[in-house]
Amino acid sequence: MNWGSAGEFFAMGGYGLYVWGSYGVSALAIAIEILALAARRKRAFAQAGTAT
Amino acid sequence: MGSLLLRVMLRDLALAWRQRADVLSTLIFYVMVVSLFPLGIGPEPATLRVIAPGVLWVAALLAAMLSLSRLFAADHADGTLEQLLLSPHPLTLLVLAKITAHWIASGLPLVLMAPLLGVQLGMQAADIGVMALSLALGTPVLSLIGAVGAALTVGLRGAAVLASLLVIPLCIPVLIFGAGAVDADAGAAAYFSLLGALLVLALAGAPLAAAAALRIALD
Amino acid sequence: MSAQTKPVNQAPRERAGAIWLRYAAPLAFDPLAARMIPWFFAAAVLFGIAGLYIGFFVAPTDAQQNEVYRVIFIHVPAAWMSMLIYLVMAMWAAIGLIFNTRLSSMMASALAPTGAMFTFVALWTGALWGKPTWGTWWVWDARLTSELILLFLYIGFIALQAAIEDPRRADRAGALLAIVGVVNIPIIYFSVRWWNTLHQGASVSLTSAPKMAATMLTGMLVMTLACWMYSIGAALWRLRSIMAEREGISVVEAD
Repeated sequence: MNWGSAGEFFAMGGYGLYVWGSYGVSALAIAIEILALAARRKRAFAQAGTAT
Repeated sequence: MGSLLLRVMLRDLALAWRQRADVLSTLIFYVMVVSLFPLGIGPEPATLRVIAPGVLWVAALLAAMLSLSRLFAADHADGTLEQLLLSPHPLTLLVLAKITAHWIASGLPLVLMAPLLGVQLGMQAADIGVMALSLALGTPVLSLIGAVGAALTVGLRGAAVLASLLVIPLCIPVLIFGAGAVDADAGAAAYFSLLGALLVLALAGAPLAAAAALRIALD
Repeated sequence: MSAQTKPVNQAPRERAGAIWLRYAAPLAFDPLAARMIPWFFAAAVLFGIAGLYIGFFVAPTDAQQNEVYRVIFIHVPAAWMSMLIYLVMAMWAAIGLIFNTRLSSMMASALAPTGAMFTFVALWTGALWGKPTWGTWWVWDARLTSELILLFLYIGFIALQAAIEDPRRADRAGALLAIVGVVNIPIIYFSVRWWNTLHQGASVSLTSAPKMAATMLTGMLVMTLACWMYSIGAALWRLRSIMAEREGISVVEAD
């Protein structure tokens, strides 16, 4: 284990902004992609269902 | 067939001459864009001399992008392009003839204008010579690569901007070697070899790709 | 020739390859894709948890870069995926162009947004890594600059396909653009590296990454696997939507 406490973990030796900024935006990008995929799928299947 | 290619080229040149205003406006765009940089950055001669090669090259790239719509759009509108596709002659060579005419009308004026603008930005005489030569080698490559973008976007809404978006990343090597040649002093020969290599590659590949793109767009 | 010696009323045995070719038809592939997607996402989550655990709790603190180096556990996998996806995308597009198979072209279109996403992540995390280590938010080093150009190439591909209404023209035009892009990428990378070494001056390159402890490398590789599994899952998911939009296929009910 590298971290003495949860506080140390979030501080990342003072670089918390950069580390969590990176992982945070990456997680956000993935989340947005997944939401967009779900929305597109719903739209596409609704369209396909109504088309002959 | 050589005479056919010549006639295609001369036809395009004649059309360009008849629409001189179109061609001239690209040139005036070039002059204006170059003038914007001192206005935006400041008139310090030392600064201008340093940025001059880059500015002249970037502006030439932008002007070339602007002129791309002249390549196929008019012919597409009046049906000539479809006739070219139906022709028994190799489309690749017909496209090459059109690109050559396009460069003579749009690219060559930039090459001739650049020395004047170089003086305006305070470049040294030797540097201006290298710059003009690099543009002379590089602008044909821009026309060749640009033709692929123009062919892919024929007939589309917003084709001009879209073609530029597609082509600009592909033109970055030309920009790097073209502008870099001026700062290279003794090493300029290496840059010219690379520019020459890019020109040969473009001559070999671009007309073929553009012809394929035209078939994709029109068939 | 040998077929003439077979009895007329016996059907020729399907070659093993022909069985797989069945899935080249969107209608046949859709249920298969539907079954595969959850597995890929599950694998992505498992590898992701493992990779992040290794990255944050096993890999030691770096001597030079302290804790901020841990950004590599997302930066490097994202960069690798951005490049891999472009190659795979161009491959499917080329197959679709050459063999005229619709599904191949649809797969290329399905991959592009995911590739662009990873390229963006690579650029963003690269910037946040660069600021504390090299002092500026953006470093014009060869690799980051090439990533930026790769993003432009992805955007160009997506924009071109979006601008063309006819799906077959969009497929073929995108394929040509992707092929031209793939051919150009080595040229672009080489020219950017050349440009970077010229103007180096005092600036340092991000290529001088921390010396890899074994655990750091393991963490990176596991995270890369996670991103890879995710990419396949996301692309297949998008592909199903594309098939539904273009072919009206909605064989399996929405989960």
